[in-house]
Amino acid sequence: MQPFKPVLLEAVGVSDGYTLASYKSRGGYAPLETTLSEKQPADVVEMVKASGLRGRGGAGFSTGLKWTFLPKDHPGPIYLCINADESEPGTFNNRILMEDDPHQVIEGIILSAYATRASTAYLYLRYEYPRSWHRLQAAIDEAYAAGYLGSNIRGSGFSLELYLHRGAAAYICGEETGLIESLEGKRAWPRIKPPFPAIEGLFRKPTVVNNIETMACVAQIARRGVDWFKSIGVPADPANPRDPGSYGPKLYCLSGHVEKPGCYEAPLGITARELIDHFGGGVWKGRRAKAVIPGGISMGLMTESELDTPLDFAGPGKVGCLGLGTAAVVVIDETVSIVDFLHNSCRFFAHESCGQCTPCREGTSWSLRLLERIKAGKGRLKDLDILLEIGSTMGMMPGSTICGLADGAAWPIKNAIKKFRGEFEDTIKRTNPSGWMVTDPVPALPIVGAH
Amino acid sequence: MIAKRSVLTDEMVAKIEALAPRYPNRQALTLPALHIVNAELRHVPLEAVAEIAAILGLAPAEVQDTLTFYQFFYQEKPHGTVRAFVCRSISCALRGGDQLLEHLCHANGIQPYGTTADGSLTIEPAECLGACDFAPCILANDDLLMNMTPDTATAALKQPRAKAT
Repeated sequence: MQPFKPVLLEAVGVSDGYTLASYKSRGGYAPLETTLSEKQPADVVEMVKASGLRGRGGAGFSTGLKWTFLPKDHPGPIYLCINADESEPGTFNNRILMEDDPHQVIEGIILSAYATRASTAYLYLRYEYPRSWHRLQAAIDEAYAAGYLGSNIRGSGFSLELYLHRGAAAYICGEETGLIESLEGKRAWPRIKPPFPAIEGLFRKPTVVNNIETMACVAQIARRGVDWFKSIGVPADPANPRDPGSYGPKLYCLSGHVEKPGCYEAPLGITARELIDHFGGGVWKGRRAKAVIPGGISMGLMTESELDTPLDFAGPGKVGCLGLGTAAVVVIDETVSIVDFLHNSCRFFAHESCGQCTPCREGTSWSLRLLERIKAGKGRLKDLDILLEIGSTMGMMPGSTICGLADGAAWPIKNAIKKFRGEFEDTIKRTNPSGWMVTDPVPALPIVGAH
Repeated sequence: MIAKRSVLTDEMVAKIEALAPRYPNRQALTLPALHIVNAELRHVPLEAVAEIAAILGLAPAEVQDTLTFYQFFYQEKPHGTVRAFVCRSISCALRGGDQLLEHLCHANGIQPYGTTADGSLTIEPAECLGACDFAPCILANDDLLMNMTPDTATAALKQPRAKAT
């Protein structure tokens, strides 16, 4: 593996790295001053488009392109929302950025607001990050005092107010229109699109929603340039005109059964095996990996033999996973029952489904009931077919739900049963020797602890 | 206009009003207002919902609708002075999160979401706390308790803690 010097994580381990003084000593805010005095907003949009930066929140949509969907010459206001509702199981890269280098995030926010002509930005932070809350608020106060936020920033004529807004422990608020509804003071039910937020978003005004790590990338592109960013990662596939490539550094969260869990920065396209061996110190206790989640639990599972898959935006999809997601890699060792894994996944989604769309509300809840039944020794082989039917009929891809939560709930079900069907069947036959073959309807077991 | 209030203090109302210039309408103050009340009272009783609604110019049902969406806010009675979220999502579960939750509930004689009789501790299962590098973990008020074992967690939850912000 080529040596790679962390950029997004350069403040990690630096004492007082989260302060304004430390950030400026590393070159921070100088690109912002240059941009505000020498460049037009359209230049910043062009820069980010040219860099090939794709959103780091999970969907991987081109950030610059997203900005161009805003209406031209809109009288305003235009809003910028920063999505820090990081709740995907296994994911904590945004927490590290907010706690260890909040000014990098804030500089990216100011640059992005300038590009999108937003004069108000809301940073929607999940409740479970009190330390991030305090670090960010202190950094925002510093930035206001130094004239990087507020009216007429550094004499440029550009003004921006940045506010923290705290969530209340709901996964769905990470969906961009759920976030918008929550910010407006309503239940966080995702909206039907179109209209997309760029046309009609927060308070019914044009809105851009971007992730924290995306903001840090914008700050680094402004500092180091488009060529630097494009020199890292996986270039677009020339044989596929629809592949925009996977450029830049990425924060990978490594957790579960590895010796050294942590957030590691690497070029997009590192393989899961390299990540586990090089950064993670290998699978813990000298064991083998049974399965690995490539990018948060919604993305499904890779088997041990698929670990050489590059973790770029296109990689996990080639082995049947939903995508790169949040690049949160969770290692599951050979001692874990795949039934237990899927039960955990189904419990999460049954708890976090917002209840708006029937296929998701019922599908996540019934998939949990089926897994409870299998775990209680009353499973039937037929249950696997029912699970697969649920998995293939709920979500945006089959077209039955408003947002992608259900696709994220479906993928672990589909991947686990397709890739580990033998283990499911063995478990069911072993634990329910007299009833595994039954195909008549049977009553559900009472559900325990979903909500 | 001075409305008669029984639950919200002048200080809480001042905190809510201080945030008003941030938003173009008052409904957006709903979640901040619920947090301000909850931080003081450790629950948001129905009277508080009605009073928040009156301040924000909303129907009480609108505030209640939002409140009940988030399972975060207690309504009937306050949660404990320490509220411990024990993570049970995948990275923590792989390192003993479920067993940790079971142990702590058993050791304190309560069910998940329960509060000890003296009101000092509430234990709740939580979905991913975003601290998978320190699994299994617990968020106790504002403190993240990392790499917990049943013994270290039991001891840690006996410690007094500053209230959550």
